[in-house]
Amino acid sequence: MAEVSLRNVVKRYGGHKVVHGIDLDIAHNEFVVLVGPSGCGKSTTLRMIAGLEEISEGEISIGDRVVNRLAPRQRNISMVFQNYALYPHMTVRENLGFSLKIAGKPPAEIEAAADEAARILGLQPYMDRTPGELSGGQRQRVAMGRAIVRHPDVFLFDEPLSNLDAKLRTQMRVEIKKLHRQVGTTVVYVTHDQVEAMTLADRIVIMKDGHIVQTGTPLEVFERPVNTFVASFIGSPPMNLVKGELRGGVVELAGGGQLPVPPGIQTPPEGARVIFGFRADNFMPVGHGLAETGPVALLELPVTLAEPLGAESLILTELAGVEVQGKMLNPRPIQPGEVLSFQLSLDRCHLFDADTGKSLR
Amino acid sequence: MSRRQKDILIWIGTFLVMLVICMPGLWVVLSAFRPNGEILTKPAVWIPRDLSWDNFRAIFGFGDAVVAIPVGSYFLNSLIISVTSTVVAVVIGMSGGYAFARYRFPGKGAAFLWLMLSRCVPGIALSLPLFIMWSWTGLIDTKLGVIIVYTAINVPFTVWLTEGFFRQVPRDLSEAAQIDGCTPWQAFWKVEFPLAKSGIASAAIFAFLTSWNEYALASQLTRSTDSKTLPVGLMDFTAQFTIDWAGMSAMAVIIIIPALVLTFLVQKHLIAGLTFGGVKG
Repeated sequence: MAEVSLRNVVKRYGGHKVVHGIDLDIAHNEFVVLVGPSGCGKSTTLRMIAGLEEISEGEISIGDRVVNRLAPRQRNISMVFQNYALYPHMTVRENLGFSLKIAGKPPAEIEAAADEAARILGLQPYMDRTPGELSGGQRQRVAMGRAIVRHPDVFLFDEPLSNLDAKLRTQMRVEIKKLHRQVGTTVVYVTHDQVEAMTLADRIVIMKDGHIVQTGTPLEVFERPVNTFVASFIGSPPMNLVKGELRGGVVELAGGGQLPVPPGIQTPPEGARVIFGFRADNFMPVGHGLAETGPVALLELPVTLAEPLGAESLILTELAGVEVQGKMLNPRPIQPGEVLSFQLSLDRCHLFDADTGKSLR
Repeated sequence: MSRRQKDILIWIGTFLVMLVICMPGLWVVLSAFRPNGEILTKPAVWIPRDLSWDNFRAIFGFGDAVVAIPVGSYFLNSLIISVTSTVVAVVIGMSGGYAFARYRFPGKGAAFLWLMLSRCVPGIALSLPLFIMWSWTGLIDTKLGVIIVYTAINVPFTVWLTEGFFRQVPRDLSEAAQIDGCTPWQAFWKVEFPLAKSGIASAAIFAFLTSWNEYALASQLTRSTDSKTLPVGLMDFTAQFTIDWAGMSAMAVIIIIPALVLTFLVQKHLIAGLTFGGVKG
C-alpha cells in the first residue's frame, strides 16, 4: 500500500516562495496528474516527492512513512524524466537492471526482471543496444521499463511525453495508461498538456503560481471549473469567456446584447460584474448540433472563420465584441460573413465573478 | 586547374608545412643515432651516413664510451614526480571541476576566474619565491618539493577541463541514479565518472606531459640525482667548453618516447560524444 500525502508543503528558493503550502492526498493505485502552466510549481512538487528537492516546510509521507529527511533511494519510488535520463554508457539491458544491481540482487534475478520489463514494453529486440541507438519512443519505453523493474511504491512521471512527436505522444499515452492498469501502482504524473491530464488521470490537480487551484476527476474539472483559470486551461478549445453585468435577472454583455442567467447559479446581487462562460461543445449552429433537452438561447451571429477538422468544424464568431468559438457537427462548407443561428445550451453555461474569477455555480 | 592538380598542390603544401613542424623532432631523433662529429660537420650532412645505437649505449653506461650521467635515476625521478603529481592533480582537479559544474556556492565565479588567472603567471616568475620557501622547509632537492609545485601548476587546468566535461553530463542522470538506489557517491562513480572519463583522461595526459616536460622550475628546485628530472638532466651534457649533442639527442629521444607511448595508449579513451543519446537527441 502506498498512499502519498502532502501536508502544507512549501518550497522556497532563497527568499522566493515557489510552492505555497500544498495539501494533497493521493490514494493507493491512484493516477494523479499535476497540471498547470510552466512555472506553476508542479515539477518542483514532484521533485519534492522524489526527494530531489528539499522541502522547506510541511510534510510528505509515502505509505505510513514521513519521507522529508529520506534520500531518494530510501523512498522506494521510480521516476521517468522528461529527457529520459537513460545511462548512455550502458545497454538497454544494463539500464533496466541497474537499480537491482545497485541493490545487490543476484544476476539471475536481475536478468529475469529486465526480461520481464522488456516483455511488458516490447523491448526484447533492443536489449543489447545503447540508448544512442534507439528512437525517441524506444528510449521512452526503456525509461518506463527502468521504472517498473523495481516494483516501486510510487511512479513519478515528469512530463515524460513532451519530447515526442504528436503521433508518438498519443501512442505512448495509451501505453502509460495500460501500464498503470497492468502494474497497478500509485502514479504522480506532471504535465502542462491538459489533454494528457484529461486522458490519463483518475484525478487532476490543477496548479497555478505554486497553489492548487482545483482537484477533481477529469469530468469534474471540465464541467465544474472553480474559476476562470481552470475554465480556460482545461478543455480544447478553451472555454469562451464574455464579460458582462447583472441587470434585471439577465447578463448585460459589455459589448452589447444580453444572455439569461444560466440555471443552477446562485444569483449574484444586481449590478455585479460577471463573466459568462460556455464551451464550444455547447454552442452549435442549429441543425448541426446535438438535440438539446434543456433550455437554450438562440443567437444569430456572423461567422468570422471556419476551421474544418473532418468530423466537425470549429466556428469562430464574435459575441458582444469578443471572439468566441463554436462547434459544428456534420459540417458543411461555410463562407466567412455567413450568418448562422447558434443554440447555446444554458444549463451547461457558467457564470464567474469578474473580480475574483471564482465560479458562481 | 584540374581536380588532380589541385590535390597535388594541396599535398605539396601539406608536406612543406609538416616538414617545418616535424623537422626539429626528426633532427633530434636522427642526431640520437649519429656520432657527434657527424652532427657538427659543416656544411651539414643531411643524409646520415653512420647510424648506430652507440649514443644510447654510452648514456646507459654500456660499451666503451661511458658518459657519467645517471640517466636511470633521472628517468625514475621523472616518472615518480610526473605520475604522482598527475594523480594528485587529477583527483583534486576532478573534485573541483565537479563542484564547479554541479553546485552553486558564493564566490563561485570569482574562484573560477582566479584559478584561470593563476595560469597567466609564468612559472619561472615563481621560481625565486618558491626557492626561498622550499629552502626554509627543506623541500629543495626533494621529489616531494617538485611534486607539490607540479600539482599546483596542474590543478587549475584540470579543474577547467573536467568542469566542462561534467557540465555536459546531464544532471538528470545523477538524479536518476539516485532514484535507482545509488548514494550520491555511487551515482558519481557509476554514472557521471564513466561519462566524463574522456575528459578526465585528457586532463591526465595534459597534466602528465606538463610535469614530464617541465624544465624551468625543476632546474631551480633540484640539485642531485635525488630529484633531478630528465629535462634538467639534459644540461649534464653541457660541459664548460663542449656540448655532447649526440648524447643529448639520445636522451631527448628517451624523454619523448614515454610521452608518445602514453598519448597513444590513452588516445583511444578520448572518444568524445559518449554522453550523447542518454538524453533526448
